Amino acid sequence: MKRLLKGARVVDPANGRDGLYDILIDGDRIAQVGANLQAGEGTEVVSIPSNLVITPGLIDMHVHLREPGQEHKETVATGTLSAVVGGFTAVACMPNTSPVNDNAGVTQYILKKAAEAKLARVYPIGAVSIGQKGEQMAELGELKDAGCVAVTDDGHPIRTALLARRALEYTKLFDMPVIEHCEDPSLKGDGVAHEGLVASKLGLRGIPGEAESIMAQRDIALAELTGGRVHIAHMSARQTLDAVRVGKARGANVTCEVAPHHFILTDEMLAAPVPYDTNTKMNPPLRETADRDAMLQGIVDGSVDVIATDHAPHHYDEKHVEFDRAPFGITGLETCVSLCFDRLVHPGLITFSRLIELLSVNPARILRVPGGSITEGAPADLTILAPDLLVKVDAKAMKSRSKNTPFDGWELRGGVAATIVGGRTVYSNPVVGLSI
Amino acid sequence: MKKDLLGIDDLSADEIYRVLETARAMREIGERPIKKVPTLRGKTVVNLFYEPSTRTRTSFEIAEKRLSADTLNIAVAASSVLKGETLADTAMNIEAMSPDMIVVRHASSGACHLLSRICRSRIINAGDGLHEHPTQALLDAFTIQQHKPDLAGLKVAIVGDLLHSRVLRSNVLLLTKLGARVFVSGPPTLVPRGIEQLGVTVSARIEEAVQDADVVMMLRIQQERMQGGFFPSLREYFTLFGLTEARIRLAKPDVIVMHPGPMNRGVEIASEVADGPYSVILEQVANGVAVRMAVLYLLAGGVEHETAA
Amino acid sequence: MPVVLDAGRIGRTLTRIAHEIVERSRGIDEIAFVGIQRRGVPLARRLATLVREITGTQVPVGALDITLYRDDLMRHSIGAQPVVGQTNITFSIDDKRILLVDDVLYTGRTIRAALDALLEFGRPKSIQLVVLVDRGHRELPIKADYVGKNLPTSLSQSVQVHLVEVDGEDEVEIQE
Repeated sequence: MKRLLKGARVVDPANGRDGLYDILIDGDRIAQVGANLQAGEGTEVVSIPSNLVITPGLIDMHVHLREPGQEHKETVATGTLSAVVGGFTAVACMPNTSPVNDNAGVTQYILKKAAEAKLARVYPIGAVSIGQKGEQMAELGELKDAGCVAVTDDGHPIRTALLARRALEYTKLFDMPVIEHCEDPSLKGDGVAHEGLVASKLGLRGIPGEAESIMAQRDIALAELTGGRVHIAHMSARQTLDAVRVGKARGANVTCEVAPHHFILTDEMLAAPVPYDTNTKMNPPLRETADRDAMLQGIVDGSVDVIATDHAPHHYDEKHVEFDRAPFGITGLETCVSLCFDRLVHPGLITFSRLIELLSVNPARILRVPGGSITEGAPADLTILAPDLLVKVDAKAMKSRSKNTPFDGWELRGGVAATIVGGRTVYSNPVVGLSI
Repeated sequence: MKKDLLGIDDLSADEIYRVLETARAMREIGERPIKKVPTLRGKTVVNLFYEPSTRTRTSFEIAEKRLSADTLNIAVAASSVLKGETLADTAMNIEAMSPDMIVVRHASSGACHLLSRICRSRIINAGDGLHEHPTQALLDAFTIQQHKPDLAGLKVAIVGDLLHSRVLRSNVLLLTKLGARVFVSGPPTLVPRGIEQLGVTVSARIEEAVQDADVVMMLRIQQERMQGGFFPSLREYFTLFGLTEARIRLAKPDVIVMHPGPMNRGVEIASEVADGPYSVILEQVANGVAVRMAVLYLLAGGVEHETAA
Repeated sequence: MPVVLDAGRIGRTLTRIAHEIVERSRGIDEIAFVGIQRRGVPLARRLATLVREITGTQVPVGALDITLYRDDLMRHSIGAQPVVGQTNITFSIDDKRILLVDDVLYTGRTIRAALDALLEFGRPKSIQLVVLVDRGHRELPIKADYVGKNLPTSLSQSVQVHLVEVDGEDEVEIQE
């Protein structure tokens, strides 16, 4: 079956495209991209309204799908539904499940669940160490063969510099990045908020930005030593960004990501409008204005490679407790696109193309997965965006099993019209009403 | 007044003066042969304490009884919190019994804010984590006022574990709102980040803070801080930051010395100072009842709508 | 706003009451004045001064705040709590003949509260009530022993007493 998407603006930076193109989809593949393509016999023609934009499928390289083990928070099915509603055609999921994804069995289980759900593609990320305990290296080759695209001990940094070094060396065999959750455990201590005036006023134990940057510096140095690839996850502190810039300038194999909450929110959010709102508690914590502004600057100047959500669903009961007892993390899949449009593209900080680099091109490149471009012969993973759609965030209406978002009630400009995975429309936003 | 007393942060200077003025009237009740007024007759006050506290809980209980409220004490052991029901569930269960006010002491900062969102009952913060202890700051101000009627311009030194002290936070907020000059001092490992932005002067040495002070307020040092590596030993702490007679002589001749209790003699304060003529530590305890009566009375009234002001 | 008592009338009225008190009280050393906050307190002080001028004896004067005894205190759901005034009774009221002083007698509820409050300080031999103005409309079985002026009013009116010590002038007026 062939479908011709006609007359749309296509933003496809990997192929240098930003203009009006037609896209012919044949089955699960992109058959042809060009201006004024003619529909052949039996080809369904879909006219795309001029207020919508087709981009390569968005990829969120940092999500927690919670399955196996914590299905009350999220499952592969609900998480991938949340992903496609948020415009993501693929997600990479973190290994801190129960049991930990440190062996091929768990990886295969996740992939089986993803295949059953038939929504977004799922790229599992394996654990660096068995049980993420930071002691013995997991069988990374087997994980790779089972389908893992990267390794990490996310939730924690790799416990010792030696193990981090070994992982960076060993993964060169498979060309996999090591994703690091950068945090010096002793400096973090029992901290629950950014160390600064707000935490001091609220009486919350602080985590300095240096807890992150010191570990990032270790890992960047080890990447230089080994030639391995390190990817700094959910960067939050300006000092970390500086470390990444220095590393990149010296030629280290380092890339980094920022989550929307870290380039939009600050720790002021812990005090108002709802004091001690546990939906403002995440790790790394919301930091002060200088850090938030540094993240924006990094996105603008190219130092930041990826925007990833760190989608971390938690059940209402788990979050409806005292601030220091609540788990860290917020959901992010269904708010990311709107936040990026509203805070980055519409204010003119970055171009549409740059947004697609951050949300699609670079994640695909770093994980070495298909996608990131609209190329003939490639899988037909496409996101159709509605840049001017007015969106009011409604946590209750979200498809994720958990509703822990600090953005509930926010009014934003920019949203998703439809999500196409392997030529199949897996989501069409009823508000936009595109029949595709 | 707002619905709840969650912290000094919520109070205006006028509201603070209103509490202090009411406390003066309440203090007189404690001097009568029959120390009881019928004001809160038929009102139920629950004292919900998640942390052990003798002084604050007793003080609240006496205050409630002097106002004729029906009081109920619920002490929740820390161990049962871990396996037992959540704070929210406990609160909703208490709420179902329609108390009028809940006095809360809890180890987590912001616990009272959580309860405030859940409960219709008035919430009075009797100490939440490292955050605030508003009635302590109010009784401290009341005690200062009895010796030095105008708080504006006074030099107040607060010395000790600044990082882990909710008493410090409430006192800094209150004293700066009333125009006092606040100097704080403690080991640099125990100074909260950014505290100078709250309008206080941070002195590395206790001598600088105490110099010409009108009021010296000592904070409790907890043993476990030593294990946390904040300072090497209690002995060294006393050498560097203990309030000794020699140090108190640097202050104004009519200085008063305060301590929220319980005191560690020989750790943060020398016995000669604690028991000396400038010590008002026991007055603080006595005033605690009057100030808490004032808070209970003022909160028992209607809620002023924010637009009505 | 008709002025029903001016400064002169108030002075003469208090003088008359003081004389009546002295006449009717057998032993002047047994009596003590207790004024109800706020305007009962200056009235009590003035009466004590007048009694001293007549008899040469200074009788004790106390101040009583009845806010915490009010029966309407917790009934309104809106608005701040009334300001609590100072109670200051430095003498023992046991076996004294107490003259409770207030400016206006109206429903009687203030006096009820004052009686409750006062009796917690001890056991006086008797309590009598002195008011500058009795405007009627009692809701409780309470009657004044000494009345400066009986002032028939309607429920819609209000009686305002101004005293030099509190308001800067002496005057009683009726407002609609």
